[in-house]
Amino acid sequence: MPVTQTENGPAWHLRTPRARLALWAGWFALVALTVWCWQIMTKDTIWLFVMDAPQQAADIGSRMFPPRLSYIEKLLWPLWDTLNIATLGTMLGVIIATPVAFLAARNTTPSLLVARPIALFIIVASRSINSLIWALLLVSILGPGLLAGIIAIALRSIGFVGKLLYEAIEETDASQTEAIEATGASGGQVLIYGYWPQIAPAFWGISVFRWDINIRESAVLGLVGAGGLGLQLQASLNVLAWPQVTTILLVILATVVFSEWVSAKVRHAII
Amino acid sequence: MLTVDALTKTYKTGDKALKSVSFTVPKGQVVGLIGPSGAGKSSLIRCINRLVEPSEGRVLLNDLNITGLPAGELRRARRRIGMIFQEYALVERLTVMENVLSGRLGYVGFWRSFLRQFAGDDVQNAFRLLDRVGLIDHADKRADALSGGQRQRVGIARALAQDPELLLIDEPTASLDPKTSRQIMRLIVEICEERELPAIINIHDVVLAQQFTQRIIGLKAGEIVFDGAPELLDESVLTRIYGEEDWTAMRRAAEEDDHAERDAAERMAGMI
Repeated sequence: MPVTQTENGPAWHLRTPRARLALWAGWFALVALTVWCWQIMTKDTIWLFVMDAPQQAADIGSRMFPPRLSYIEKLLWPLWDTLNIATLGTMLGVIIATPVAFLAARNTTPSLLVARPIALFIIVASRSINSLIWALLLVSILGPGLLAGIIAIALRSIGFVGKLLYEAIEETDASQTEAIEATGASGGQVLIYGYWPQIAPAFWGISVFRWDINIRESAVLGLVGAGGLGLQLQASLNVLAWPQVTTILLVILATVVFSEWVSAKVRHAII
Repeated sequence: MLTVDALTKTYKTGDKALKSVSFTVPKGQVVGLIGPSGAGKSSLIRCINRLVEPSEGRVLLNDLNITGLPAGELRRARRRIGMIFQEYALVERLTVMENVLSGRLGYVGFWRSFLRQFAGDDVQNAFRLLDRVGLIDHADKRADALSGGQRQRVGIARALAQDPELLLIDEPTASLDPKTSRQIMRLIVEICEERELPAIINIHDVVLAQQFTQRIIGLKAGEIVFDGAPELLDESVLTRIYGEEDWTAMRRAAEEDDHAERDAAERMAGMI
């Protein structure tokens, strides 16, 4: 009832007086909470350390520069590993995520009471665990190496791809699939003629986007022993070889820029 | 021949969409189904090919009882019933040819349809149909590149590709302009005549229904309140179907549409 009667005729406000008061109280509470949290946060801070942070940063910075570019030679093979982990992991993840998405989507699931909750659980479980954690688990199960990295990336990708894909499936136009059904097509044919053309752009967009993210993630998986650039990063950090660390960071940056460029191109081409 | 016998549909919400509806459509007859929104026209048409599952009653296509069929045989029965939709319901991102060939899906296995390996006869027939509806030059275009009237022609070609024994047509002209509406209705009626196809057309536009169909069924709140020749549809009958309204004014508006169309046609003819 934002419309109120006054002597000069009806007046209109976006919110009722009560809603305005509640909104103001909400903002006030938020500010109060921020102030309180700030106090707790700074209670245990040793300010002496914070004071000389600029010097520390400058010190590390000066050691990191100039980068040791000759080290790149030794990085090419791990870089290749990293790209492979990301690409194979994404492919495996997408292959598993696609049927899961069809089971999870309300309009294509074979059973709302059994299949859908299971598919949703798979998606949530995969999403709730970071790929670094997956890698940590898998390295202790499978031993260190590329395989652990690939599977870790795949497991994390299932949730991401599955969730976005099942939302795309639920947003499809029902009349198009109804028309295919009306021709006497089987369930599988309705899937490939009715649903697939509608979700194909989303499918390729999501896959390439996830591949792009996975390149970044696979670059650090080596920190826990799952192969790739991260392994070199850890080795260099351990011996405080800062110029090498800079070189590795530059290589990762270049790779990410490259993958970003590829994914932008692919998405542009399909839409 | 189509026989609908005591067809009843009650939705889960308790809404009675159809109350014991019965009628028969002989070979080659085009029936216009009219009635206000919510009268059950859409439910009726979808109960016939069981896109909506009827609650009671029977639907017989020639001698086949469609209502009793298990899933596999229902699919085979659906191949014999072509359906044309209000918003065309083409698969927008497929080509015109793929859309027409999708009418053959019931006759083709999964992998052949996945790989688009349709039989040569099917493809030749699809070309013939596209030629019949005047779209032979558009076969390779994507469906979403066509205009409304052209899309509906693709929809007609898709339904005919099934080689149907019955056409179900749901508001074919609802999103088309008056002139294109008439062209589409004329095309549908001609095709039904050529192939001796029975057809049920759901239609909002009473004047269009009278102009093009041979028989009119009026539905109100899930019941048939009129069933007869289009000429018998007078003021009192329309009031029975739709409620009180100034019908003569509506007729006059439609006549004006007709005049405008004729004028436009003459002008176009003069230009050529």
